Amino acid sequence: MNQPNSQPTSSLMLRETASQTAGPYVHIGLALAAAGNPVRDEEIWNEMAKPNTEGEPIEVVGTVIDGNGDLVRDAFVEAWQADANGHYQADYDLSKPFNSFGRTATTFDHGSEWSLTTIKPGAVKHPSGQLMAPHINLTLFARGVNIHLQTRLYFDDEAEANAQCPVLTRIESPARRQTLIAKREEVDGKVRYRLDIRLQGEGETVFFDF
Amino acid sequence: MTHDNKRFVARDRNWHPPAYAPGYKTSVARSPQQALVSMQQPTASELTGPDFSHLRMGPHDNDLLLNFRQDPSHAGLPQGERIIMFGRVVDQFGKPIPHTLVEMWQANAGGRYRHKNDKYLAPLDPNFGGVGRCLTDEHGMYRFRTIKPGPYPWPNDMNSWRPAHIHVSVTGPSISTRLITQMYFEGDPLIPLCPIVHTLKDPLAVETMVGRLDMAHSKPMDYLAYRFDVVVRGELQTFFENQ
Repeated sequence: MNQPNSQPTSSLMLRETASQTAGPYVHIGLALAAAGNPVRDEEIWNEMAKPNTEGEPIEVVGTVIDGNGDLVRDAFVEAWQADANGHYQADYDLSKPFNSFGRTATTFDHGSEWSLTTIKPGAVKHPSGQLMAPHINLTLFARGVNIHLQTRLYFDDEAEANAQCPVLTRIESPARRQTLIAKREEVDGKVRYRLDIRLQGEGETVFFDF
Repeated sequence: MTHDNKRFVARDRNWHPPAYAPGYKTSVARSPQQALVSMQQPTASELTGPDFSHLRMGPHDNDLLLNFRQDPSHAGLPQGERIIMFGRVVDQFGKPIPHTLVEMWQANAGGRYRHKNDKYLAPLDPNFGGVGRCLTDEHGMYRFRTIKPGPYPWPNDMNSWRPAHIHVSVTGPSISTRLITQMYFEGDPLIPLCPIVHTLKDPLAVETMVGRLDMAHSKPMDYLAYRFDVVVRGELQTFFENQ
């Protein structure tokens, strides 16, 4: 290596490569169909669970809103969640019924929603031994976002588990905890949860450092 | 499976660009104003991440000279300077990260992206798509064959130009190591003029994003080589019980 971060610092560590915005054309690289381009044989996209997956099939949707209240139409989102038994299935394999990882993007059309087809995750253990309430980790990239934003999505019909979740309750302001809780809707007999991500200002979503 | 003993070196938020960097105007309305909530004890949800070893790749997924040929009988190659972009993905302790997904995308030689929203004057290249992906090998090495992208103007200041760059996305062993950056080209006079580069305060941090001309790995009469190593967060084990 001959970049300057190849030399250990005083703490004998290399410096992390610096982040830059994914830019307005992130779709070319990570969401080819959204760019209007041909797709390859296997793409990483938003169908995390096929119909035969164990667990409750759900759709998760939302918008991304900026500090002016306008829709962010070029946001790209990655999801990471446990299966119905609370286990992460790290091995990404499109022949499996379920993958813990998914990708989605807001669209350039009127509603500009991102969406994931998945199952409701099971509870995962916190290092303290307590169970965390069911949740989906979301990572957001966009033009104007210099380093990705990390958040979690929780479910409004898990009020009891949410009230005890050791991560959710670490958020000091109870009102801000609500920014992570998706609302259940039933549309044509299908279960859908909605969470709008607000980047700035009133109702600003909680973002984590970890 | 327990992840209780695993953690990653904390991300240095002063090294990375801040969310709010007004010189890059789009960041003004897209930057959170509240402080990030620090998860003092990351959980399995943060310490694990996807493994793409079984993602089926096409034969030319890392070869942008060939992977957009619409008609295989037509031997057209993209316009532009032929280059190899290669390097190693390591963690902060120098440990190579094998079998991790590296993805990249870029403009063509004229500075135009193949994207339905890019309306720049420079023409599309019928033989160039601008996307690549590969897994690092057992030593953490990755490699792409492509053309050097052109600089292009963008609406920020009255006359802002992006230096030539390739967007690079790396997964690493966990969602905690996830990173998207841009590789710039050594010696490009547009680097110090770029408002997006200026979101970084430390000039050394900028240098971590500059790919170096590597004549030893270039091929006579064929292509130049640019070396770009990527450092992701280091993984630590906690050795002692916390009591």
